[in-house]
Amino acid sequence: MAPTPPDQGEISAEVFDRLVELAALALEPEERDYLRRELNGQLRAIRALDAIDVDETLPITSHGVPYSDATRPGIRKDRAQEADKADAILAQAPEVENRYLVVPDIPQEALE
Amino acid sequence: MTEALVDLGALEIARRVRAGETSASEVLTQTLRRIKDIDGRAPTSQPYEPEPDDRAYIHAYVSLAEGRARSQAEAVDRAVQAGQDPGPLAGVPVAVKDIFCVEGTRSTAGSRILETFTAPYTATPVARLEAAGAVTVGKVNLDEFTFGSSNESSAFLPPPGNPWDPTRVPGGSSGGSTAAVAAGEAALSLATDTAGSIRQPAAFCGVVGLKPTYGRVSRYGLIAFASSLDCPGTVSRDVSDAAAMLGAMAGADPADATAAAVEVPDYLAELERGVEGLRIGLSPNYFRLAYPDPETGELREQSIDPEIEAVVHQTAETLASAGAEIVEGVPMPHTHLGIPAYFVISRVEAASNLHRYDGVKYGYRFPGPVDGLAEMYRETRGHGFGVQPKLRILMGMYVSGAQYERDYYRRALRVRSLIRQDFDGAFTAQGEHRLDALLTPTTPTTAFELGRVYGDSVLMQYADLLTVPANHAGIPGLSIPAGFDSGGMPIGVQLLGPDFSEGRLLRIGRQFEIASEGETWRGRRPGIVATR
Repeated sequence: MAPTPPDQGEISAEVFDRLVELAALALEPEERDYLRRELNGQLRAIRALDAIDVDETLPITSHGVPYSDATRPGIRKDRAQEADKADAILAQAPEVENRYLVVPDIPQEALE
Repeated sequence: MTEALVDLGALEIARRVRAGETSASEVLTQTLRRIKDIDGRAPTSQPYEPEPDDRAYIHAYVSLAEGRARSQAEAVDRAVQAGQDPGPLAGVPVAVKDIFCVEGTRSTAGSRILETFTAPYTATPVARLEAAGAVTVGKVNLDEFTFGSSNESSAFLPPPGNPWDPTRVPGGSSGGSTAAVAAGEAALSLATDTAGSIRQPAAFCGVVGLKPTYGRVSRYGLIAFASSLDCPGTVSRDVSDAAAMLGAMAGADPADATAAAVEVPDYLAELERGVEGLRIGLSPNYFRLAYPDPETGELREQSIDPEIEAVVHQTAETLASAGAEIVEGVPMPHTHLGIPAYFVISRVEAASNLHRYDGVKYGYRFPGPVDGLAEMYRETRGHGFGVQPKLRILMGMYVSGAQYERDYYRRALRVRSLIRQDFDGAFTAQGEHRLDALLTPTTPTTAFELGRVYGDSVLMQYADLLTVPANHAGIPGLSIPAGFDSGGMPIGVQLLGPDFSEGRLLRIGRQFEIASEGETWRGRRPGIVATR
């Protein structure tokens, strides 16, 4: 028998708020309604996975194709290489000062 | 009427450039002229106000790399004049899906959060195509971060239209790629396929799309979505061009630890060996399966579009006449679980990959006042991402949460193993069916109207119903045009094979092209090309 999923209900407003906080997303109110509705629609589709028995000992893999020793790429040699792209990379940062990335204040809290 | 240079296949263009019958510069000039004629106003991130005229154009390109392309074309021409080898793809115009980094070009992933990002390096598959003489014309549109099946979720609008009927979607996420190639705005496009993003739009636009085996083509320089599923692959107008393009890109890469150390065969040399004796399977699980009712959204078992089913059977008959053995009734019992498992696995990986966009290192940063770093992150990601990335991040975080991980993520990974076992069972030489390839429909429907599905994230995901099993299994899949529906929209069929069997799939596809060459549907051209 398939295990009972932990939460047969929907993603509640409280759980949704917690996810949004963890995901670091500022959302508009109408966006929140749409996203929560779609998430719950997707969860209903995901529950199709509960309809079959899945052997808990079935191995899981990091991708579909198994690599053998012959096909697995070898580990690169660990050696230093000249890199000439530092300026091009830094040029992509939204705010740079004296080659340091600038970010807004990080509020400090006293250590207990 | 002489065929326009831009409507020739990649191999024929390269042959003419190499022989000095035309120049790479001339091919580029004509390609840019075709783009100017039919691409219409360039997509932007401004609030989108549709104009009636929009649907008379394709809108495939997000940005052109004209100066860069001109230098490449001139270098090819100089090599030809100097008697040097300009490469097997000399002068072939290539459109790169804007999910690949190309040094010095804007590389946006179709997202506002990367709108200002100029790549400081070039992706391995792009570098290899260019080393083979191909000319990168520009970057083509896609669903934001590849998240979609219609190309409507891009931050850059108008969305691309289908060249066969621009009021319909080209499919996605590689909609810009397949629309551009179908309309002669490029001979080839480099695209990616995570759940069907090459094969589904290839079927919708009547072109050839190949998702290689996972690890066949390096992912270095590809902006990541779901790293265990993402595959760079080819879009072309015929199978021979797909073979040539794959041959130029495939192979191990020290910069990608998942690019397999498997020798790259000469795909062109094998191409016309025919299908005599090959065992090609048909599975009932690809013709009737559970997916949402297009009208009510209710998940129920139903048959795919009967016109598409008929075309798959005709394709099987054509291949049988050419000597293949058709094996019916091959069980693939977990096919219908591909999308539910994908809803979990791809979201977990997407949430992880999208954490890097924080407004610090590159791309967009919220310009307004913020109260500290954490608020800057939230505002940047809130304004920078569209709704599709937000949905994927939130679902990924939910199903990988400590209390749910075992029942959602681990279960989905085991279902992925079951899908892999379906294919292993069909292909193994010790099994009942011993297939060389499985022949399936590529999509359950032909291209739908713009605006009809977009917004319903469940229905949209199910557009990949028949393509996603190959991504879970990691195996190669080739979609080839095989006919049209009664509304004049293209129908694609899909060939699936064991790991690294691209050469065999291309051979079967090529045999089908040869055997169907005289059929009237082969002569059809997209209206937008025929009328201009």
